[in-house]
Amino acid sequence: MTETEPVAFPQDRTCPYHPPTAYDPLRATRPLSRITLYDGRPAWLVTGHALARELLADQRLSTDRNHPDFPAPTARFAAVRNRRVALLGVDDPEHRTQRRMMVPSFTLRRAVELRPQIQRIVDERLDAMIAQGPPSELVSAFALPVPSMVICALLGVPYADHEFFEGQSRRLLRGPTVDDVQDARDQLDAYFEELIDSKLKQPEPGGGVLDELVHQQLREGVLDRQEVIAFATILLVAGHETTANMISLGTFTLLQHPERLAELRGDSDLVPGAVEELMRMLSIADGLLRRATEDIEAGGATIRAGDGVVFATSVINRDEEVYPAPDTLDWHRSARHHVAFGFGIHQCLGQNLARAELEIALHTLFDRLPTLRLAVPADEIPFKPGDTIQGMLELPVTW
Amino acid sequence: MHTDTHIEIDKGVCIGAGQCALAAPGVFTQDDDGFSTLLPGREDGGGDPMVREAARACPVAAITVSEG
Repeated sequence: MTETEPVAFPQDRTCPYHPPTAYDPLRATRPLSRITLYDGRPAWLVTGHALARELLADQRLSTDRNHPDFPAPTARFAAVRNRRVALLGVDDPEHRTQRRMMVPSFTLRRAVELRPQIQRIVDERLDAMIAQGPPSELVSAFALPVPSMVICALLGVPYADHEFFEGQSRRLLRGPTVDDVQDARDQLDAYFEELIDSKLKQPEPGGGVLDELVHQQLREGVLDRQEVIAFATILLVAGHETTANMISLGTFTLLQHPERLAELRGDSDLVPGAVEELMRMLSIADGLLRRATEDIEAGGATIRAGDGVVFATSVINRDEEVYPAPDTLDWHRSARHHVAFGFGIHQCLGQNLARAELEIALHTLFDRLPTLRLAVPADEIPFKPGDTIQGMLELPVTW
Repeated sequence: MHTDTHIEIDKGVCIGAGQCALAAPGVFTQDDDGFSTLLPGREDGGGDPMVREAARACPVAAITVSEG
């Protein structure tokens, strides 16, 4: 690596589907750079694809955010770092136990079985949108409700409560204040306490993942209430916010690339590859966090025990050595092996479900509304700041 | 010769991500617990060129492909 001035991380994107221009110098210093976090603390930034795969699979890097040395990207994150986070917040061997409890509900086969239900939800949302428009605001009419309904059905959370949990998730991920984040955690905790109570009172368990956790693991004492709540929180929040962002930002990106969109419309066999390519290009979870538990020799440097290590997925997924012309959308390239879902033991549990949702949502949206276009100039449409999951804040469309 | 190919899955390491089954569905599947397993009769990979791709897609390096 070359010695250069540390770059501040994270920063806002200038275009919602490209990494921040402020990260451009990082491409020249692949695979590893120095950054400064919001609190002035230095950390390592992994920017090379091969090194990212190596280090994300290296269990000398911990995801235990309760540790005082764990790097915090924002004051909001730091404010809730002492809270329990299932799966993503625990290392092996505890993580392995938790993951194994969840895996049967998130297999490829399960995602295939859910496809007809996802298709039905997508069709119903589009029927409603078409009945009320044009125009329409796509985030609230489509991008958010689709994954929200899917994850509710899978978990056994009543969709009637969606305004509550979508609002709390928004505060949890974006604040704006530290108090918002702490209060959102408290409110979600209280909500799941009540949901657990109501599930315990049901004589027959429902068919959701939470029903199973409550009626089996909780009753048998394998999990305590706090653990069930921690599972419920991460599954519900990660299960709708991330996919919603991919739908809104994916739609915006396709509308800004009419030739690629026309190509995709002409050949639905391209859809799965296009979803992978959009995942690679958009890298919406841009800044995966770890803490070194030992000294690690990597990328020509020594990462010291206690150092923070951050993975800039947007830069990693545009490594020219793996993806020629990385800034160009190309449905025919092999975009697989991107790290948009992470890599290693914490790779996204819901990735098979997310792929199914994205394929169905994007394909059906443009199939039903072939004249879909932005309702206002692209540069007037607000998108999310760099310190949270990337996506559109609003997406005014017409057809 | 593909008949000399040997595929080893370390189930103690597998996290059930399903990436092998996504990359090479003619060779890999997930069992009822979600863990990677080989389809019956495909223990030698059946000459599928995607077997190595499946091993590379595994996030925890649980799959080893060796030529006899």
